[in-house]
Amino acid sequence: MLDQILQFVITGVTVGSTYALVALGFAIIYNASDVVNFAQGEFVMIGAMAAVALSAGEGGLPVWAALPLAVALTVVIGALLQRFAIQPARGASVVTTIIITIGASIFLRGVALLVWGKEIFALPHFSGETPITLGNATLIPQNLWVMGGALVLVGAVHLFFKRTLTGKAILACACNPTAASLVGINVGIMMLIAYGLSALLGAMAGILVAPITFTSYDAGVMLGLKGFAAAILGGMGNPMGAVVGGLLLGLLESLAAGFISSGYKDAFAFLILLGVLFVRPSGLFGKKSAERV
Amino acid sequence: MNIRKTFSALAVGTLLTLGASVQALAADTIKVGTFLAVTGPASFLGDPELKTLQMYIDEVNADGGIDGKKVELVHYDTGGNAKKAVNFAKRLVQKDNVDVIVGGSTSGSTMAVIPVVEKAGVPFISMAGAVAIIDPVKKWVFKTPHTDKMAAGKVFGDMKKRGITKVALISGSGGFGKSGRTQSLALAPEYGIEIVADESYGAKDTDMTAQLTKIRDTDAQAILNFGFGTGPAIVTKNVRQLGISLPLYQSHGVASKKFIELAGDAAEGVRLPAAALLVADKLPDSDPQKPILMAYKGKYEAAHGAVSTFGGHAYDGLFMALGAIDRADSTDKEKVRVEIERTKGFVGTGGIFNMSADDHLGLGLDAFRMLEIKNGDWTLVE
Repeated sequence: MLDQILQFVITGVTVGSTYALVALGFAIIYNASDVVNFAQGEFVMIGAMAAVALSAGEGGLPVWAALPLAVALTVVIGALLQRFAIQPARGASVVTTIIITIGASIFLRGVALLVWGKEIFALPHFSGETPITLGNATLIPQNLWVMGGALVLVGAVHLFFKRTLTGKAILACACNPTAASLVGINVGIMMLIAYGLSALLGAMAGILVAPITFTSYDAGVMLGLKGFAAAILGGMGNPMGAVVGGLLLGLLESLAAGFISSGYKDAFAFLILLGVLFVRPSGLFGKKSAERV
Repeated sequence: MNIRKTFSALAVGTLLTLGASVQALAADTIKVGTFLAVTGPASFLGDPELKTLQMYIDEVNADGGIDGKKVELVHYDTGGNAKKAVNFAKRLVQKDNVDVIVGGSTSGSTMAVIPVVEKAGVPFISMAGAVAIIDPVKKWVFKTPHTDKMAAGKVFGDMKKRGITKVALISGSGGFGKSGRTQSLALAPEYGIEIVADESYGAKDTDMTAQLTKIRDTDAQAILNFGFGTGPAIVTKNVRQLGISLPLYQSHGVASKKFIELAGDAAEGVRLPAAALLVADKLPDSDPQKPILMAYKGKYEAAHGAVSTFGGHAYDGLFMALGAIDRADSTDKEKVRVEIERTKGFVGTGGIFNMSADDHLGLGLDAFRMLEIKNGDWTLVE
């Protein structure tokens, strides 16, 4: 029994780490621009697919070169998305921007389909596939990469917003763009940085999990939804809440699959989400929102 | 008034003559109608099917046709849309007056078309998978591909040979996995097999260790996975990761090289039922299907690239239909239907077909071959 729980927790934390990174991307963009970016899952897919495309086959780049390039490509796409899809619609209602990002996600998926085809691809594991045993539970080195990678990225994002001037400037833009530009912050650049950062997190998540989960042009859809759910669970706009939400969602799914029924694990996870939202509409760590009248 | 009368008389006359000439033309050709998902999400089915039909109809015509008549293909692309399939089927039977229909890439479009062909009374050979197409038997409807029930039967037969009686089932939540699960649950008792675990996973799930941990703690002697896409490869990797040493069976849903590529070393020792086309060159020379398979594979690959079993279903359907027309010496629909039903010992790409009045598929379990993955390649188990 204890072994089982340990295995479920390992699984849950691995899956949850991915959700956490996607959710963090949601939270950063929401914080910076009040936009719910439904193309976040596509960043994950593009990161992984680009890494595969750049490193695979003959004449492919070595992994150490392909991975940063794939991340850079995704960051550029994130910035382009901001510049050409979100920026022109600034001041539009939340619903409008949501529709724009959904449109962008469909567009990106379509482009990925045209460029890379319908096939499923895999990245090689970073450090072998020999399972590590913990009692009767096992994990593979890649699980540690995912968890460790998520930890480092989350820590870095936290420091970025707390300790650096740029990070604080982005937060200032989120609070009040007019005031921010009055004190000399270039709001446009800050938005680009926020979207780029969000794309970077997505791409890193995609690359970290691709050896375990494989990737295809439509791999971002479900991850995007789960990441969104995690962000809502943690409280939209609270980056650390999003991370906790992601881990919690992963754990819930895995425990539900283990103890209740694998057929209902998604239903169960979303039921918890609904429950939380009924009791605390602002999410677990979200501040109560007050509408200015 | 007069002019109008004259006009209508003229029009009717023209129509009649036109109709007559169409009739005359029809008598000289055998019209094979088809509606396939050549574009859209199911294009991986429809595309090789259409290419196969065109390729072989050209070949038959070059050899002088059937009973001296040329074969003509009337094709419509459904894009995988069942509604369009119904419209095209109506057009085929009402406007194009086809003698036989060989088509229907997906189970959805086939099921939607059945009422049309049943009412019109046109022999229809489908290339879709679902067992519901021919069970219960419909007078005018036949099909060529294996069913998932046969796949489950093949797997359970192999398990029985190895003395396995307790099996853990894990299946994808998509249509393929769900149907496979239902068939497996229903069929297991016939083979004296007890399903001791029944787990599932979502089509886009990325980790199945939770489900497999549960399976590990049951007294299962083997694991059967029914699924499609990334799921089965992840299950295979997770099974090895958890150190589960039970025999792992996959379904024909993973019968492609992509699966071996994705699952890597973890795929070693995995068994699965698959159509013989996949291992055509590994079959013994004594195998009756070998010459057919090698010929089809050679011809298709020379013209269009890597062969798939889906195109093979079209090959089987086309030649079963043409064979029936040849034997009937007529394109009379009822006679052709009866002859299709009398097809015996027809060696196709899917297996050896023996149709009867109450079996409109006509394949036995021997149509599937049990394969084992060894050294990153398929090997025949039997």
